[in-house]
Amino acid sequence: MSASPSYGSRPWTFYVLATLFTLFVIFLYGPMIAVLILSFQGPSASLVFPLRDPSFMWFDELFNPRRTGDVVGAFNRSLPLAILVMFLTVLISVTAGFAFRRRFKGATAIFYTAIASLIVPGLVLSIGTLVTFRYLGMSANWYTSALGAHLSWALPFGLLIMFAVLGRLNPSYEEAAFDLGATKWQIVKEVVVPIVFPGMIAVALFGFTLSYDEFPRSWLTVGTKNTLPLEIWTMTTNVTSPALYALGAVTTFVSFIVIAVALASIILIQRKRFRGK
Amino acid sequence: MLKKTGLITYLQVTPLTVVLVLFFVIPVALVVVVSFFRYKMLVGLVPDFTFQNYADLLSNPTTWSLYVSTIKFTLIVLLVTFVLGFWISYFLVFHVRNLLTAIGLFLLCTVPFWTSTIIRMISWRPVLGREGLINSGLQGAGIVDQPFDWLLFSDFSVVVAYVHLFTLFMIVPIFNSMARIDKSLLEAAVDAGATRWGVVWNVVLPLSKTGIALGALFVVTLVMGDFFVVTVMSGGLSGSATSGIFNDLQFLNYPRAAASAVILLIVVLVIAASIFRLVDVRKELVR
Repeated sequence: MSASPSYGSRPWTFYVLATLFTLFVIFLYGPMIAVLILSFQGPSASLVFPLRDPSFMWFDELFNPRRTGDVVGAFNRSLPLAILVMFLTVLISVTAGFAFRRRFKGATAIFYTAIASLIVPGLVLSIGTLVTFRYLGMSANWYTSALGAHLSWALPFGLLIMFAVLGRLNPSYEEAAFDLGATKWQIVKEVVVPIVFPGMIAVALFGFTLSYDEFPRSWLTVGTKNTLPLEIWTMTTNVTSPALYALGAVTTFVSFIVIAVALASIILIQRKRFRGK
Repeated sequence: MLKKTGLITYLQVTPLTVVLVLFFVIPVALVVVVSFFRYKMLVGLVPDFTFQNYADLLSNPTTWSLYVSTIKFTLIVLLVTFVLGFWISYFLVFHVRNLLTAIGLFLLCTVPFWTSTIIRMISWRPVLGREGLINSGLQGAGIVDQPFDWLLFSDFSVVVAYVHLFTLFMIVPIFNSMARIDKSLLEAAVDAGATRWGVVWNVVLPLSKTGIALGALFVVTLVMGDFFVVTVMSGGLSGSATSGIFNDLQFLNYPRAAASAVILLIVVLVIAASIFRLVDVRKELVR
């Protein structure tokens, strides 16, 4: 049962740290909940508590783009972009992850390039991508330059997750399966995929959300039409109504759906695996 | 079957390499090249090899004061996120006895990471503002008469937002390192007479150093490269090392923006390299 060091009954530090943890969770979620509640603000249009005459009017305002800008259009660009980044991130980082299980020439160089791509400030990359496209004589667009800029940040994340996942895939499992007479395809299907699949969903989740919420890397690379984070950024400067909070509530809701789908599928797969045994 | 390396391995790593070259190596290289170009009003970029942009920037006291301010923020945020990240991970790994509960609580910490950064920033407004939750709470309780002005649009709110956004980047790698520590090591230390504090200092801390290094790397680069958090949360009062880039870009002065970017890049890379010198991150990761 006990996964912790056996000190006997719970030490006093447990209670101190449990309090710290609780406070941290309140700190994390408190403001988000405040925004969620205030998005139902009534016609008083007050940006702070208390909530007067709760209504859906600001959500309505959001989808009526008279004053709040092109929220729907931005969403219609952000979503396909995020899905595209998600699929490419899974595909590319999973294959690359397998390559890194073996030693090959240039492995270290590629690894450090990936890490450098992860830590280079997003704004620097944004300028670089814009200048590159300019020299190529191409105009910046969300499905070209922004896609690339997002990938340059989502792929290293995906690769790091694949390292963690593949670290648990001991080559002797595959060798054992091979010795027991499994075909190549059977090894992949029965040994590799079950171990790697939950990690692939984690990579997908990262790919999607890193793109869907990315701001600095999108800033100069999306061209003339904004993605959602950029639209929100514009709104922070010129919209002073709870419509901003309503937008926050809607985007957070979309994020939560994505997270829930990802986590639920990981749990389902794990349960299926254990039942199968 | 497993020993056959060669062509397949290279094919597997090709897509990653292509993307990294096209969208990381070439853009960054071009930023470096452009930083030596000249800027001419109305014309824009003029190919050249001049150090004028760098000279302009380095002789400008604003650049230095912005860097001082950014480094100040970086150090404060690094300290706060490290303390929070270390003790929260410690709590989850060594104090929560049920593994499923630990994973559940860990996920609870990571969920906000997957939601919009800008929304999480804005959400501090109704909390910290003059008429926000904290001020009205304090006034309602009769603790203060006047609302605190320094809660929002100040250095304080910038640090709050950074900690709110980036502590996750500390928790995840430190949690990952700590979870790999063999629990019997801790028991051995206790049996050998170590105090609880001694175990933390001599066993847990050294064994989590990879996680700490990775977390520090994330936090440093995120804070150093940030423009948006500091602008929104300080209400435009504070700048960051990237503010200069932002201003130059508005006047289409790409060469000087590129020079600023290169300086920032060098600073970040020097910090990253010193972190990598302390800990061989790759060896620990692939382990």
